[in-house]
Amino acid sequence: MNRENALPILRLSNIHKSFGGVNALIGVDFDLHPGEIHALVGENGAGKSTLMKIIAGVHQPDEGKISVNDQTVVFSDPLVAQKYGISAIYQEPTLYMDLDIAENIYMGHHPVHEKYPVIRWKEMHEMAKVPLKGLGKEIGTYQKVRGLSIAQMQMVEMAKALSLNAHILVMDEPTSALTQHEVDDLFRIMRQLREKGVAIIFISHRLEEVFEVADRVTILRDGKFVDSKPISELTNDEVIKKMVGRKIQTLFPKKNVKIGSEVLRVENLTKIGLFKDISFSLHSGEILGLAGLVGARRTDVAQTIFGIYSQDSGRIFVFGEEKRFESPSEAMEESLAYVPEDRQMHGLILSMPIKDNITLTNLKKFAGKVGLVNLKEEGSFASSIAERLEIKASGLWQDSQQLSGGNQQKAVLAKWLGTNPKILILDEPTRGIDVGTKEAVHRLMGDLVKQGVAILMISSELPEIIGMSDRIIVMCEGKLTGEFMRGEATQENILKAAMRRNNGS
Amino acid sequence: MSKRIPGPKSRFVQNAVRSRQFPIFVLMMTIIVVVSLRTPAFLSLGNFEDIMLDIAMLAIVSIGQMIVMITTGIDISVGSILAFSAMAVGSMVRANPEITPIIAILFGSLIGAALGCLNSFVITAMKIPPIITTLGTMSFFRGLVYVISQGTWVMSHQLPERFKEFTIQTDLGLPFLVIIALVLGVISYLFVNRIPIGRQIYAVGCNQKAARLAGIRVKRVEFLAYAISGLLSGVAGVMWVSRYAIAANNTATGFETQTIAACVIGGVSVFGGIGNIPGVFLGAFFIGMINNAINLIGISEFWKQAFYGMAIILAVVLDAVFNNRFKNMRAKNGEK
Amino acid sequence: MIPYKKPFDPLSFFLRWEWILVLLIIFISIINSNLSPYFLDFSNLFDMTFNFLEKGFITLPMTYVIISGNLDFSVADILALSSCIMGLAFESGMSIWLSAGLALGLGAIAGLINGNLITRLKIPSFAATLGTAALYRGLTWLLLENRGVTGFPEEFTLIGRGDIPGTEIPIPLVLFFLLFIPAAIFLHRSTFGRYVFAIGGNKEVSRFSGIKNDKIIRTIFIISGIISALSGILISARFGSVRADVVPNATLDVVTIVVLGGVSIAGGSGTLIGVALSMFLLGIVKYGLNLMNIPPQIQIVITGLLLIVSVFIPQIVNRIKKRKEEVKRK
Repeated sequence: MNRENALPILRLSNIHKSFGGVNALIGVDFDLHPGEIHALVGENGAGKSTLMKIIAGVHQPDEGKISVNDQTVVFSDPLVAQKYGISAIYQEPTLYMDLDIAENIYMGHHPVHEKYPVIRWKEMHEMAKVPLKGLGKEIGTYQKVRGLSIAQMQMVEMAKALSLNAHILVMDEPTSALTQHEVDDLFRIMRQLREKGVAIIFISHRLEEVFEVADRVTILRDGKFVDSKPISELTNDEVIKKMVGRKIQTLFPKKNVKIGSEVLRVENLTKIGLFKDISFSLHSGEILGLAGLVGARRTDVAQTIFGIYSQDSGRIFVFGEEKRFESPSEAMEESLAYVPEDRQMHGLILSMPIKDNITLTNLKKFAGKVGLVNLKEEGSFASSIAERLEIKASGLWQDSQQLSGGNQQKAVLAKWLGTNPKILILDEPTRGIDVGTKEAVHRLMGDLVKQGVAILMISSELPEIIGMSDRIIVMCEGKLTGEFMRGEATQENILKAAMRRNNGS
Repeated sequence: MSKRIPGPKSRFVQNAVRSRQFPIFVLMMTIIVVVSLRTPAFLSLGNFEDIMLDIAMLAIVSIGQMIVMITTGIDISVGSILAFSAMAVGSMVRANPEITPIIAILFGSLIGAALGCLNSFVITAMKIPPIITTLGTMSFFRGLVYVISQGTWVMSHQLPERFKEFTIQTDLGLPFLVIIALVLGVISYLFVNRIPIGRQIYAVGCNQKAARLAGIRVKRVEFLAYAISGLLSGVAGVMWVSRYAIAANNTATGFETQTIAACVIGGVSVFGGIGNIPGVFLGAFFIGMINNAINLIGISEFWKQAFYGMAIILAVVLDAVFNNRFKNMRAKNGEK
Repeated sequence: MIPYKKPFDPLSFFLRWEWILVLLIIFISIINSNLSPYFLDFSNLFDMTFNFLEKGFITLPMTYVIISGNLDFSVADILALSSCIMGLAFESGMSIWLSAGLALGLGAIAGLINGNLITRLKIPSFAATLGTAALYRGLTWLLLENRGVTGFPEEFTLIGRGDIPGTEIPIPLVLFFLLFIPAAIFLHRSTFGRYVFAIGGNKEVSRFSGIKNDKIIRTIFIISGIISALSGILISARFGSVRADVVPNATLDVVTIVVLGGVSIAGGSGTLIGVALSMFLLGIVKYGLNLMNIPPQIQIVITGLLLIVSVFIPQIVNRIKKRKEEVKRK
């Protein structure tokens, strides 16, 4: 299938994109040829999803050019991209749960009679059957989407794309929720589409699948373009090397701290459909890194431990005593704290002043008998914590919305540090913030463990995990797939473990 | 390997039995049996004619409520729009007795549509939540009734006979009011099932984000929904003043509660995206029937209000339980 | 140390919505005193407060409800049902004060039902309370039908229409302040109040921060129910009777007062003093309309319009603010 000599139908040149001062894409080039399956790989944060969204028209590049069939285009919104034949299928299905399959495919462009705007129902259902037949399974087109499996929903999404005459299909981790059998079906369909001349871009972290179905692969790393080659010219290890091949700068002042007794132990923690048999233990003074790729379900584990959700089976021990947390407030009583991944949606109340956000978690400390808050105590407490973390703001009475990303992260940290936790769970603590703040956060972590705090750090940044952790455990798609001691871990072997799937899921 | 795909007929039966309306249907049949055993007059033709007119009136306005609710909105100003239309058309007919009923209906629908568009404007352009908007316009429109009537009512003796008769005329076999309701029902059915923009109403209610991505103009759909609700309330207003031969300031107060009850009993979801015309008619039928049964059996008529409330709560609770279970299912399918 | 207290800035202090309300109050007062020379007379002003105070009570818990991001459409009907129970209990021989206590208890139960529908069944608050509104009012009609209960003892009606002995200050006014002051302090200074703002601001963040969202929301609705019942007691005392068709439009008035008082319909912001000012403002506006002999039916028109306008204006202000910020960034 030598299509390299064909002209690219889609070309991105020198694409730059940053969000709030943090670079997501730096000078990225990307070519897509007709009738090829093109894999886009990279670690979390490499920029794959941003690139996909730019192609889909959801974001617009700050700099750079996009051309379709040699014509420069601007995708000002997803509809424009659709007009050029680009359809995107995201991990979250954008379907109408209570409508039937055929309608989900044709909503917005129902087939109508020539003269009157009347829908031709029968014809619509007949047309809808075609892509579904390709599945081999017979799902009636009259079935409502609500009862379908994820795999079937994906089929509907693809049928939707095809009904729009897409010749470029962009798919984000399409196989992450599928069984092996369903993956085979998906690939069969992808190959059929390829025969018809459709070009498919698919983002995946499952390298064995990439090697199975892709024609070419593009590797991104830290927002930059690394390489783009036909898959036949690369081996698995070479791809991994390109994904992580960076010099590890010693940004991380992790001094050796005496590791104390066990403070948290998790045994066979399971939540059906999300994660299974997660077991690990955490000791005071220790930083345990939890590595993994998108879909590893690390955040779900953390949130279950913290009481936001409850597990289906498995046990949690805090300081040796078995606990089951039904709510975050219960976890907080046992000195746990959780700094969420998304600081704007789950970390801070943007409409409230910085001070109020910082003290939200332990307001009771400043309340008298009647529950009235002593504003002075509260204020100086917030002030001293903000100062300790070097939050840059002219005043804590400002709306937290006005803080920069790094300072917002510091505010969230301040909020949780104020509770004097003994077990601190950090979920991507340095994502999307500048180097200076990153360093400060790492220094802070070092200080905390010196005081005996135990830290569980979820991170997708391999250098950070390797540099900061005493031990590293790796998850892949809800299961534990690896454990490394400090010194044993390399970027390659962590990534390999993060991609290791126990087949037959 | 090949599972038998259900054909159209068996699919219809399957869907009907599993539908949200089926339990109500069964309940209704049970009530009919029980009540007619106690009071055989329940099944008499004369009784049926009475119920029919009430049901028809309720159904007309409830269709509009359904459309609005499917888009995840609500319209509690329907009673006031109805009253305004009744007063306006009533006054007009009083002043010009030669006006044919058809012209009156047209006039009423235009008035209703205009008021509905006002709702639409506030909701789509001013971006004020539908509940608040229609809470405000409910009073605003009702006040307007007073303004145009200057406190006077339109009375029976002021209206021409022809006008007062036409809703209950049975020239075509059924009372005209019922025919209008059926016609509007059929038109609405075709609209929400056969016309693209009618289907877009469901899309907007099911998943507004996806609808936007698909190029659907959400604002246009919402605008249309409230305009239709207003229009139908306007038509009902003309029917009202004809049937009851009176238009007053407090006409149809509290009517919105009945329309919401008819909708939720008929399977319309407060969460949006779900609802159909047969269900609404079923709901209206149910309410009309209960009203009538209460009268016949001799229970205090004040049971009616309590009943609407209980029915709404029960239906909304069931709706929520249903909805919550599905939300949990999606989480388990690993959607996060 | 990073300052935590906002330095006093006269411009932004006086640009607040509450001051605009004060200006409007002064403005309307001037108009009213032109319409009637007796307007500014103290005893006249005191008499006037009777009319809006009962609804005013309900604006206090309604403020909490709306700030938390919810709505309670059943207040008028809880008012009706609880005063109905009080009337029936009194009729059957119970002491009026015990009956009033019963009414308060019923208000609490009604509020608890609302709270449970919203927190346990996850029904959106507007839908749940629209449903319970119909239910409670329906039950009221069922129990009272078309009649009214009268014959309350004078000590009782005094609390609704009397003055503090020796002064001209109405008892309801005093009661209002007795409720208002703790309510305001509690909302703006206590941990509970802070949590209410947090829930309205972002309920996920609240939950993740260890705040017991559900408990707080249930509490707010229970209090809303109790205060609605209290209003019902005062109204029954003032009119000397209990009827099923009492205050059919109260919900509209209460929501309008709260929103006009500067509380955002989306939740997360607002002040109780703004609500109190707004209550007073609307009270004197109504008084003025009465002076001009504008019939109540038209007054409702104005209220409905005010509701929409007072939700709309903050939105425009926000949009202008956002545009200014975007220009600044560029």
